Amino acid sequence: MALSGIGGRLYRGETSINFIAQKRRWFAFSGLLIIISAIALGTQGLKLGIEFKGGSVITVQAPTVNIADGSAALKSAGITSEAIIQKIGSNKLRLQTTDLPQSTISAARAALATTFKVDSANIDIQTVGPSWGKEITHKAIYGLIGFLLVVMLYLAMAFEPKMALSAIIAVIHDVFITVGIYALVGFEVTPATVIGFLTILGYSLYDTVVVFDKVRENTKGITSTAKQTYSEASNLALNQTLVRSFNTSLIALLPVASILFVGAGLLGAGTLKDLSLALFIGLATGTYSSIFVATPLLATLREREPAMKALAKRVAVRGGAVESSIDKNTAGVVTSTHSKESHERGPRNQPKRKPRRR
Amino acid sequence: MSANISKATKKPAKSGRTLALLAVVIIAFGAVAIFQGDTKLKLGLDLRGGTSVTLAPKVPAGGKLDKAAVDQAVAIIRQRVNSLGVAESEVSSQSNGDIIVSVPGNSSSRVVDLVGATAQLRFRQVLAVGSGNATSSSTSSATTTTTKGGKKVTSAPAASYPAGVNAALDTAFKNLDCTIAANRQGGAIDDPAAPLVSCSRNGSSKYILAPAEVEGNQVSKASAVLDNTNGNGWMVLLSFNGAGTSAFGKMTTRVTSLPSPQNQAAIVLDGLVVSAPRINEAINSGSAQITGNFTQTDATDLSNKLKYGALPLALTVQEINQVSPTLGSDQLHAGLLAGLIGLILVVLYSLLYYRGLGLVSVGSLVVAGTITYLSFLLLGKWIGFTLTLAGIAGAIVSIGITADSFIVYFERLRDEVREGRSLRTAVETGWQRAKRTILVADFVSLIAAALLYFFAVGGVRGFAFTLGLTTFVDLIVVFFFTKPFVTILSRVAFYAHGSSWSGLSAKSLGVVTVDGKDAL
Repeated sequence: MALSGIGGRLYRGETSINFIAQKRRWFAFSGLLIIISAIALGTQGLKLGIEFKGGSVITVQAPTVNIADGSAALKSAGITSEAIIQKIGSNKLRLQTTDLPQSTISAARAALATTFKVDSANIDIQTVGPSWGKEITHKAIYGLIGFLLVVMLYLAMAFEPKMALSAIIAVIHDVFITVGIYALVGFEVTPATVIGFLTILGYSLYDTVVVFDKVRENTKGITSTAKQTYSEASNLALNQTLVRSFNTSLIALLPVASILFVGAGLLGAGTLKDLSLALFIGLATGTYSSIFVATPLLATLREREPAMKALAKRVAVRGGAVESSIDKNTAGVVTSTHSKESHERGPRNQPKRKPRRR
Repeated sequence: MSANISKATKKPAKSGRTLALLAVVIIAFGAVAIFQGDTKLKLGLDLRGGTSVTLAPKVPAGGKLDKAAVDQAVAIIRQRVNSLGVAESEVSSQSNGDIIVSVPGNSSSRVVDLVGATAQLRFRQVLAVGSGNATSSSTSSATTTTTKGGKKVTSAPAASYPAGVNAALDTAFKNLDCTIAANRQGGAIDDPAAPLVSCSRNGSSKYILAPAEVEGNQVSKASAVLDNTNGNGWMVLLSFNGAGTSAFGKMTTRVTSLPSPQNQAAIVLDGLVVSAPRINEAINSGSAQITGNFTQTDATDLSNKLKYGALPLALTVQEINQVSPTLGSDQLHAGLLAGLIGLILVVLYSLLYYRGLGLVSVGSLVVAGTITYLSFLLLGKWIGFTLTLAGIAGAIVSIGITADSFIVYFERLRDEVREGRSLRTAVETGWQRAKRTILVADFVSLIAAALLYFFAVGGVRGFAFTLGLTTFVDLIVVFFFTKPFVTILSRVAFYAHGSSWSGLSAKSLGVVTVDGKDAL
């Protein structure tokens, strides 16, 4: 079982992927993504749903539908302004209009019912006033700020202030890149999408919390020894939790993916699709950031502390070979041959006991 | 070693008790749900079809939201919606003053027209008046004296029908019993061009009213003032616009010389008589005053009604959602299908990866699912929780969160075994470490859900609610099911011996023993 086996090797530090040493590379990559996101947001902006602009969405379900007839029906109801008409599957037509008086919408409903020969009660209409969106936007922004503050405080108390800072920066990174992807691809942003964005905050933190918990354990009392630097200890934590991060992310992604495909496939546009698309993209970036952004950032912040600098010096003096080998380990997976150092870096350096005692 | 053994002998009994306790609690809640007779989930409008309208009060710049006015508006809209006769219609106000109207099943545009209409206020001449019960007739003897708002109203002796009243109106009048609440619902059925037979709002009197002469939107200003100079107490001052001035002038000129009760002008709101003041003189100036032993509240209420028409405050339509029952059931099925697929994928993955331990996570998911379903049922009863599409999405997403907690624990457990601990010990030490991670992570999820709930608008609130609820359920399941279950399993030879299908085999964990041989 190769996958399980790798878990054991990662745990003992025999197989080690050096995430921290290559932090500049990850930071550069993330920086690039953020710049692309900023450019996409600046030039293309977000494609906002009717909830933000005001307007109506009329959905007709009939045995046969086509865009031309739908357009003609809207014209006959006196809707001359621009309408976006989409065909969903073979029997659904989605007509999106600008903000119009209720009477016009009722007329359009009647016209569509006649055109497609369906009962007018079977036509679904969603109308949103123009001031609705402002409220949603305000609430989303308050929600975001409130969340960041509360979580930062909580993490600062539960962990360390610098962990809280790194986690929050990673979260902001995720939200920004997710929003950037929306701008770049041109996915529609609806209130469900906004809720999806906000949910990513919680998810992204979940992963980060799991890694940080291990980092804290590995670095407890680290300054009293001279075995490993803060970066090395946190890199070991990353490796030790790698299988866990992979599994939790995958398992979180599976239900979201099923909502996304069922939602988009069966229902077309709607709450399910909007919510799960935002979550899907956010989860992917969240997993990336908890490994490649949050922990390296934490290590960078902590290594600046005088105590950690002194520790790094002591480690260098004691086992120069270890540090230099880590610095040179630039690429990918390095499998050591069960060397003395890996024993030393192993968890709690206990002599191996028989797993089971009778 | 000896400490381990003594600890170990105690644990399974305790774990067994915990599991039994959980089972008892679940069965008890299930019994409560069945006993209360709600074995079906309350579904939101997006899942069963219906119309929902969100209205926001217009607050003047710098002004404050008048809570009392919102409540009054809710009451009036509720009256109108109830006139549709659709069961389970709901009108409620949010903390920000938004009013949400939901009418299940009925997706016709009538709901929208009904709720959106704000000016259903009319002035009609009173033709006949009687006490609220069913027997009094417009032709009945002259003794009927009502005191409405302190105004003395004495009906004149009349041998025949009063002017403008015919036999049909009189029959309707006779049969109308204003003591029955259903007859005081009011509603939209108020044709301004036809006479109207109606009750007063409190049901104490009933009226036959002439066709409307002045419309509510012809009132330009109304205010409640305390009249100190003439000693009239609280009164309502109102002004009419141009058309209103001439219409009101014509009406008052005509009725002021008529005998009582025909010299009264009824203020009719949503088909119900709010007040029927006597007209003392012809009023052609376009401003009038209504007096009559009002309290301050009476006067303010009346002036608000005159000002805003039916509703005590101006409302704007924020969102209208009309979902046909067909789309509703489509959405429900899609939601359930997505949940099923998601669940199957998660179960498959955990069995594939964790093998024997995967069974624990399958069991935990089943327990979590049962608790969540029961919570939905009971909360539907207790706090009116309705399951919406967004709520289903929240529940599906939470499958991942719930499974994440098991993974955190299983990986910890395996780490402890890798460090050479026996499975029995590893179950405990691994739990001590995993517990904290799970608590911190779930707490962050709970904060997220709580904030999402408070900052979410409309339907997506359901998502935040179920997300929070299921995170909480996750904590219960991990503490009271997963952990005790694993403790008991660690006694079972299949797991304790690290059988290759248990998910704890030395080989799959990569446990390295000192002599390099397999430990078992």
